Amino acid sequence: MQRTRNSMSSFARRPLALAATAVTGSLVLAACGAGGPSSGGGKISDDKVVLGLLNDQSGVYKDLSGPNSKVAIEMAVADYKAKYGDKAVAKNIEIVQADHQNKPDIANTKAQEMYDRQKADIILDVPTSSAALAVATQAKAKKKLFIDIGAGTTALTGKSCNKYTFHWAYDTYMLAQGTGATAVQNGGKNWSIVYPDYAFGQDMTKSFTNAVTKAGGTVQQSIATPFPNDNFSTFITKAESSKPNVIGIMAAGGDLINFVKQFNQAGLQGKTQLAVGLMFITDIHSLGVDQFQGTQFTDAWYWNFDDQNRAWADKFKAKTQTRPSFAHAGNYSAALQYLEAVQRAGTDNSDAVVKELEGKKLNDVFLRNGEVRAADHRVLHDAYLVKVKSKDQVKEEWDYEEVVSTIPAAEAFNPTVSTDCTM
Amino acid sequence: MTAFIQYTLQGLALGGFYALAALGLAVIFGVLGVVNFSHGACYMLGAVGAALLLDATGLGFWAALPIITVAMFLFGVLLERLFVQWLLRLDPLYNFLLTFGITLFLVDFVKRRYGVSSLPYELPAGLQGRVNVGSVSLSSYQIFVAVFSVALCLAVWLLLTKTRVGMIVRASTEDAERSRALGINVGRWVTPVFGFGIALAGLAGVLRAPTGSVNADMGSFFIIILFAVVVIGGLGSILGAVVAGFLVGLVEAYGQGYAGSFSQVLIFVLMAVVILVRPSGLFGREEAAS
Repeated sequence: MQRTRNSMSSFARRPLALAATAVTGSLVLAACGAGGPSSGGGKISDDKVVLGLLNDQSGVYKDLSGPNSKVAIEMAVADYKAKYGDKAVAKNIEIVQADHQNKPDIANTKAQEMYDRQKADIILDVPTSSAALAVATQAKAKKKLFIDIGAGTTALTGKSCNKYTFHWAYDTYMLAQGTGATAVQNGGKNWSIVYPDYAFGQDMTKSFTNAVTKAGGTVQQSIATPFPNDNFSTFITKAESSKPNVIGIMAAGGDLINFVKQFNQAGLQGKTQLAVGLMFITDIHSLGVDQFQGTQFTDAWYWNFDDQNRAWADKFKAKTQTRPSFAHAGNYSAALQYLEAVQRAGTDNSDAVVKELEGKKLNDVFLRNGEVRAADHRVLHDAYLVKVKSKDQVKEEWDYEEVVSTIPAAEAFNPTVSTDCTM
Repeated sequence: MTAFIQYTLQGLALGGFYALAALGLAVIFGVLGVVNFSHGACYMLGAVGAALLLDATGLGFWAALPIITVAMFLFGVLLERLFVQWLLRLDPLYNFLLTFGITLFLVDFVKRRYGVSSLPYELPAGLQGRVNVGSVSLSSYQIFVAVFSVALCLAVWLLLTKTRVGMIVRASTEDAERSRALGINVGRWVTPVFGFGIALAGLAGVLRAPTGSVNADMGSFFIIILFAVVVIGGLGSILGAVVAGFLVGLVEAYGQGYAGSFSQVLIFVLMAVVILVRPSGLFGREEAAS
């Protein structure tokens, strides 16, 4: 075999080293991303109602919402059609979906595409706070509806609130109120918070610090970590150094799994209480109940809470072979209530539909004692403080949570409307 | 002071793991001249493979260590025979692109097949708990990984410097033309060395599974840190990879202790400084700098 590789040593190694360095560097930078171009125009089509699902179809949030949320929306459409039959205002309903890869620039472009080219009347879901804020801006500009389910930032009903944007399932205030305040009441007065240093983590830390302080506790230290991050061992040592009763972790997805595994390996399980800021049932499924056992967190909805939820979850399972997360149920609820509002309004005209949603009291499988607050479009509903079961309490797959208490709608969300919000 | 010692220990433990993970990358570059971008994906395959093995057959960590390592060796041999060998005689950038493509394929394959959520994997029996000395402490598993990694690095180093096989491989690296003239079949050693490097990546993945999230994306970010390690150590240098592994582990631990969210940035600052002062890395070859 004739090889010329040997001659490479003097020349090519250096460019190669540089190339490797350059690629390494550019991959780090790729996380930042850039803004996309925009295209104008905006037509309203009245011969069909188009529901746009914009979420993470391939990345970290795929399993907790992703493609299965389309199934949830299809279930809403089927239920709407079954209910109204020939009297349905929206006879022709189409669902379109796109992957925003959790990047605000892509979410921005895809949202424009959905509103303009695919003639979407509404965009649903949009996890990742920064992406959700980008879509809210588009909704405002195009005067089309946007109901966010997957993102947590309170800015959607604060600085970035607008007439066409609704925040349906949860927000960082809700998570902090349930988990933070309850832990303090149960004796967890001193906290260390570990959070990923980006919009969501910062917002969570602020909300938790407020909730803990208000309940009479103290946050001794809040430790910023890179995002994403594989190794938390020294961060955990540091968090433990102030001898807290509770360590709060505000990471999500894979980083949360990394943290909890290493927290348990540091011998802290059962010694220092672990409070998880945002947890989905899919996280418990990946890590196994053992590792999370006894951990309390706030859930917006749980599939095995009562018969109504269970019946819906059974239908969902028949189609997807898995149990729904709260995001799936939230997407169902949002799509259903949107169609109901179209029905009441008799049109899919955005302003008319918004009027039908604002201030309405709503109830369905997801919304209990639900109300769309007119002032900022925060949807208030009951939330749940839950505890992860121990292994011997689990009776079937996905039966991981025990509802400790129901947090009434009025207390679950911030009762005061942000002064930053002007519609 | 206690905190400092604690951070140092954690840094060293982490460093051992980085050294092992980067070793395969260094070996493959040293012998084949291939910058193996798929190293992160193979690391991921090792971890995912261990989780699947547990799920399908109930075989745990101790069985996964040899099984996955051998499986990944065969996978590496397959990769080399099917793809990599055809591009060896071309500009090295071709193989760089090839392995990058392989990464995209592997990651998306795992995502489609097994989803994006972490697969369950727990600590092996016997390695739970912690070792405390005074006020500093490390988990037994961390200590195991560090000791295991260092022992393995040492074994690889001995293999390459003290055995005939190692000498042939090194001679082929230093000067393939002259080795060939001395009657050594250089090409014959290329395939097993590639397989060996991939096996090391898989092994690192298995070691990671009990202590981190096991998912399709776990290698995508890790490979960037590994590149930082090999660039700091000097591309292709085995000693360099090991020393830089420890260095990066220490920098990350001190960073986490004293600089919070800048802990990762510090690794790349270190890399930049090393490149400025010694463009070929700490233990890189002289000629690479010329």
